[in-house]
Amino acid sequence: MKPLQRIHGWGRYPIIEAEVNAPLVVSGVKSAVANFLTGGMIARGLGRSYGDSSLAKCVIDTRYLNHLLDFDKNTGIVTCNAGISLAEILEVFVPLGWFLPVTPGTKHITVGGAVSSDVHGKNHHVSGCFCDFVEHIELLVSPDNVLLCSRTSHSELFHATCGGMGLTGIILSVSFRLKPVSSAYIDQKTIKAVNLTEALELFEQNYASTYSVAWIDCLATGSSLGRSLLMIGEHATGHTLSSPAKHPITVPVEMPSSLLNRYSIQLFNTLYYNRITKKEVANRVHYEPFFYPLDGIQQWNRLYGKNGFTQYQFVIPKEAGQEGMTKIVKEIAASGKGSFLAVLKVFGKQNDNLLSFPLAGYTLALDFKFEEGVFPLLDRLDAMVLDYGGRIYLTKDVRMSERTFKQSYPRWEQFQAVREQNGTKGIFASYQSRRLGLDR
Amino acid sequence: MKKILIIGATSAIAEATAQRFAKEGASLYLLARNEERLASLAADLKIRGASSAAYALLDVNDRVRYEEVLKEVVKTLGTIDVALVAHGTLGDQKACEDDVDRALLEFETNAVSTIALLTRLSNLFEKQHGGTIAVISSVAGDRGRPSNYVYGTAKAAITTFCEGLQARMFRSGVHVLIIKPGMVATPMTEGLSMPGLLVAEPDRIAADIVRAIEKKTDTLYTPWFWKYIMAGIIHLPSALFKKVNL
Repeated sequence: MKPLQRIHGWGRYPIIEAEVNAPLVVSGVKSAVANFLTGGMIARGLGRSYGDSSLAKCVIDTRYLNHLLDFDKNTGIVTCNAGISLAEILEVFVPLGWFLPVTPGTKHITVGGAVSSDVHGKNHHVSGCFCDFVEHIELLVSPDNVLLCSRTSHSELFHATCGGMGLTGIILSVSFRLKPVSSAYIDQKTIKAVNLTEALELFEQNYASTYSVAWIDCLATGSSLGRSLLMIGEHATGHTLSSPAKHPITVPVEMPSSLLNRYSIQLFNTLYYNRITKKEVANRVHYEPFFYPLDGIQQWNRLYGKNGFTQYQFVIPKEAGQEGMTKIVKEIAASGKGSFLAVLKVFGKQNDNLLSFPLAGYTLALDFKFEEGVFPLLDRLDAMVLDYGGRIYLTKDVRMSERTFKQSYPRWEQFQAVREQNGTKGIFASYQSRRLGLDR
Repeated sequence: MKKILIIGATSAIAEATAQRFAKEGASLYLLARNEERLASLAADLKIRGASSAAYALLDVNDRVRYEEVLKEVVKTLGTIDVALVAHGTLGDQKACEDDVDRALLEFETNAVSTIALLTRLSNLFEKQHGGTIAVISSVAGDRGRPSNYVYGTAKAAITTFCEGLQARMFRSGVHVLIIKPGMVATPMTEGLSMPGLLVAEPDRIAADIVRAIEKKTDTLYTPWFWKYIMAGIIHLPSALFKKVNL
């Protein structure tokens, strides 16, 4: 047996020891899966899911399955191995005039991970999730059974695999549609909202914009509760497709966890909120800072110190809207624990993927470093989210209870049925799937 | 349009370098042992912009096949602008200490085969009166260290061989580049515990290689700081060197 490796998610908690196999070719995946059959294994890409969804005693590391396999320049449909990163896709295709149809806030995730998390981005309200652009998935369900899943073939397995957290097998390759662009730049508008009510109104007013997201100050209270900067964007037209050279900086080591405390974050938030003095500012920015501001700081997760952190992201339905969001943001502001990386966004309608996160409503994501009082706070937030008929994003979750999960993801039983039919239940399992009662 | 031959084409550094050449529209010929990987790499390179990407199977320890394979390469590419010799294995040092055959096989793969290949390639390039032969050696060849001296010995042999070749080929206008990467995150080093701050991604090495070929550099330490790390290690007095277990 190979020596065990210490691995963790992006939140750096928990840290576990795992046997990791990183195959170079599909036949290598098959033999790795055959070797791990008794243990319960999970596919892992770049390890950017925050919690324990890519953690298991046996891990199939897909990073070296990183080739482009086909591209149709008439339709923009690209087929690639699951382990290639969105960063690579952008690097190759933006100069050719193509962009990702949907992208999350980091480009350092694999295409397989994007499918398994059915990731969403700033355009969810108009475009939906990543998997809404997936044509088909080549899925290994056992060493001698690879299925081509699409909306028309093995469609149940397709809808279980999209957003299925890797629990239906190993994704070998993915075909998905890129979207044409004529510029690598985004025309951005930043609008100041003095409080949450105004922020939600601004989202509605700008619903027709392709991209919209708000940074929200989760420590502001009183009449400033939920003050935000709404950022909306459109792809620029007829501009350059080339990109300037970039030099990311790196957080070299774990920072003392006391660096980020209530006061330093309050200071940051106030400065950030007041960085624009006008009500509205328009400018043209490269897609990198627009979509991936944090990718400019490599390993920023070390800022939270050695105990790690979690990102809490929930969605509540539109009906619960302002009332629900206000109540939850109040609770967070009162705790004084929210961090400076808080993001508010409006979602469009949910899709047919069984464990996909988004549903029509409002979503809020924010980081909490692990410290005393965080778990009880998050439990209280869970209860409020459930009350309003919302749910928690599995890709960021590391602590939700089985009860919370099963109540808020009502299609979980259908999901389990698909896994059972295909014999993947228990074979592909993670720390998360065990915690949520999907595996033993 | 550049014509590029890569031996050991499925190594991570070679792939990243090939992808950079592909972006410039190069024609590539790939040689390696793993046919499955070669096939998907060739597809990948074409999508990235390569004018063509041919490949053939070659086990570098199968030296009798060199002549036939290189003949095919020349037939496909014509004049070769760059030959990148990138094959190699990082054998288990501890296992090599207990097993003569294993130690010699490491040397065979990393040094003997390279010397044999370079002998053929240098004659080919001499006739071309131009081009670059780029050879991946390693910082491990700069001083034998207890953690990997079998591998290091083979790389030292290559470095010395290439130094001689550099001076010889200079007269026919052929550039010989000695590449000495430090620690790189690749399948070859998968699972080794390496100090995070010193470990580079293959694409960073590839960027340096492409630049060094353009600038006709003789010896490339990549990333650059290894030049200074190795200068420190080389000059460590042996009494001290033996005590610090590098």
